Amino acid sequence: MKLSEIVEIVDGTVICGAENLDNEVYLGFSSDLMSDVLTLLADDILLITGLSNNQAIRTAEMSDILQILFVRNKKPNKTMIDLATEHGITLITTPYSMFKTSGLLFSKGLEPVY
Amino acid sequence: MYLTFDVKMGDFSNAGKVSSEIKGILKQLNINPKDIKRIIVALYEAEVNVVAHSYGGKIECLIDSDRVIANIADTGPGIADIDLAMKEGYSTATEEVREMGFGAGMGLANIKKNSDEMNIESELGKSTNIKLIFYLD
Repeated sequence: MKLSEIVEIVDGTVICGAENLDNEVYLGFSSDLMSDVLTLLADDILLITGLSNNQAIRTAEMSDILQILFVRNKKPNKTMIDLATEHGITLITTPYSMFKTSGLLFSKGLEPVY
Repeated sequence: MYLTFDVKMGDFSNAGKVSSEIKGILKQLNINPKDIKRIIVALYEAEVNVVAHSYGGKIECLIDSDRVIANIADTGPGIADIDLAMKEGYSTATEEVREMGFGAGMGLANIKKNSDEMNIESELGKSTNIKLIFYLD
């Protein structure tokens, strides 16, 4: 699924990294627990999270995750946006809950990691 | 190549900075992405541990063509029971650490999973030292 389709499905707003919207993403993983994200071996993941802090961006950077979708309109701050931009990570926000976001994307074909 | 970095206690906003710098260097050295990922995930977990649990420490890396040796040393409370600390789910993390998305008791187990050799030494009330070896593909 293209990142641009994901944005459309969740009524998302792109915060940074709009140049990557043509990227294909195959897997989704929803978690606020970064320790859990760090155990994933797969690449090309969309990280869906309600955790809006530097560690969400750092965890994505270390795990080679290139896109983060923040639920419930969580707004990343400037430090987070700068960090994401530096590492080519696209940040998106959606007004939907993690449950609804995950359900919508799953039903449209985004695959789960497990 | 030998690298050394200081890690400050409680500096949550910068946790990951050292691992990020090391990742950049490993990329420049053209180490294969799969090895970079496991090395960096292990180092990041260790770096977060130093920030979260110690009074400050140091991360040293020795990078050779066939292996990377990392040493993470801190001064701090130490680990009372290393076997217990290695168990998934066991954690002594503060609320602040949990709010960062960590502190679920998965870090040390994940470091072990991502490294080829891991050795922890700890003196209660003084220090903890973790030595990691990664053999490169």
